[in-house]
Amino acid sequence: MSTRRLLVATCGSWLVLWLPAVRGGLERDMALHMAVQMPLLIALGALVAAATCRFEPRWLAAADWLGIAGIAAVVLGTSFWMVPRALDQAIADWRIDLVKFLTLPLLVGMPLGLSWRRMPPLGRAFIWANFIPKLGAVGGLYLGAPMRLCAYYRLDQQELAGWTLIAVAVALGITWFVAAFIGWTPSCGKRPSRPSVDGAGRQRALHASAA
Amino acid sequence: MMTRGFPVLLALVLATGIAALAFETDGFRVVTSAGARQLSVERTPQILPDAHLVDQDGTPFTLGAYSGRTVLVDFIYTRCPTICGVLGNDFAGVLRSTPARRSGAGAPIDLLSISFDPADGQDALRLYGERFGAKAPRWRIAAAADARIRADLLRSFGVVVIPDGMGGFIHNDAVYVIDARGRLARILDPDTPAQLAASALKVAAAP
Repeated sequence: MSTRRLLVATCGSWLVLWLPAVRGGLERDMALHMAVQMPLLIALGALVAAATCRFEPRWLAAADWLGIAGIAAVVLGTSFWMVPRALDQAIADWRIDLVKFLTLPLLVGMPLGLSWRRMPPLGRAFIWANFIPKLGAVGGLYLGAPMRLCAYYRLDQQELAGWTLIAVAVALGITWFVAAFIGWTPSCGKRPSRPSVDGAGRQRALHASAA
Repeated sequence: MMTRGFPVLLALVLATGIAALAFETDGFRVVTSAGARQLSVERTPQILPDAHLVDQDGTPFTLGAYSGRTVLVDFIYTRCPTICGVLGNDFAGVLRSTPARRSGAGAPIDLLSISFDPADGQDALRLYGERFGAKAPRWRIAAAADARIRADLLRSFGVVVIPDGMGGFIHNDAVYVIDARGRLARILDPDTPAQLAASALKVAAAP
């Protein structure tokens, strides 16, 4: 898919997620809110980053040494939107929800897409080894809490969200394991070099238009 | 290659992220909206609207009429099978353990149970009151005079009501203390009647 089409598709998906019916539907349930809507918003940002990484300014790539600053943004951003109070506020006030809809793709998803490939394997292992248990711990907290943590969710929804987060943590763990075995790492295609004048190509084009 | 931009960018990310987290959790003290509200009310008592209500005898009154008295408030709906019954029993206990209105002994503490269920008519309020021995004006079982007042009231107390999926509601089970100046001064976790009474007396004794 061309970069432009991908950008259009991403923005379109973002708008679909923002539609009142979709937004309300996903936020009505805690598990859908945390394990579907939020990861989708992050994925949209990561997709855009992957598609446009060739255009990343050099100073940014240099300042994000080994991807450390970018991944720090990912860790802090995901931590913020895992605070139960933040979930409540996002539901109660559409402006806070808009903040979520902007920060998750732009300040979590895009840094993830740009910085992850810069991070050396040891750094990635460190992040995996921290994030997966953290996700599991938040899930366990939701499962074990006798009280409702969010004013807008029932206790049974909270429990389901807890199980879901634990399941996601396990799935991520397996993914990490598999990725480590097949040795797959994301990378960015070549940066666009100086535009070259391709004489042969131009000649072919001329022939084609003449024919 | 590491550049001078690296420490700047990293510091920017860390400072912004940690400041946002600290802001959201009131300095890493609370993670829930209920906890945050409890803390903010304790720090700065909040002005409440002078809401118009109607009690179990059909008598209209306003929150402002409690001026000079300390009031324990809970939010209920009369069909509630679970937590409201516990709250009702707790209030009945407070009623027994604090001095009566005209006795002149101790600080005057009144009780107010506010129904958020539009389906609760005066009969429902009266029956709920009889169930726990509530008599106006010492313990009023009341409903907002209209839907707008109800919404205002719930917002100002910070009460969130959601459907329980079985025709009932789920709501905050906190007990709210209104001080003698008519401000929301404390939000108490559900507790024994003796503890609730003690907390109310503490608010009443505060300058």
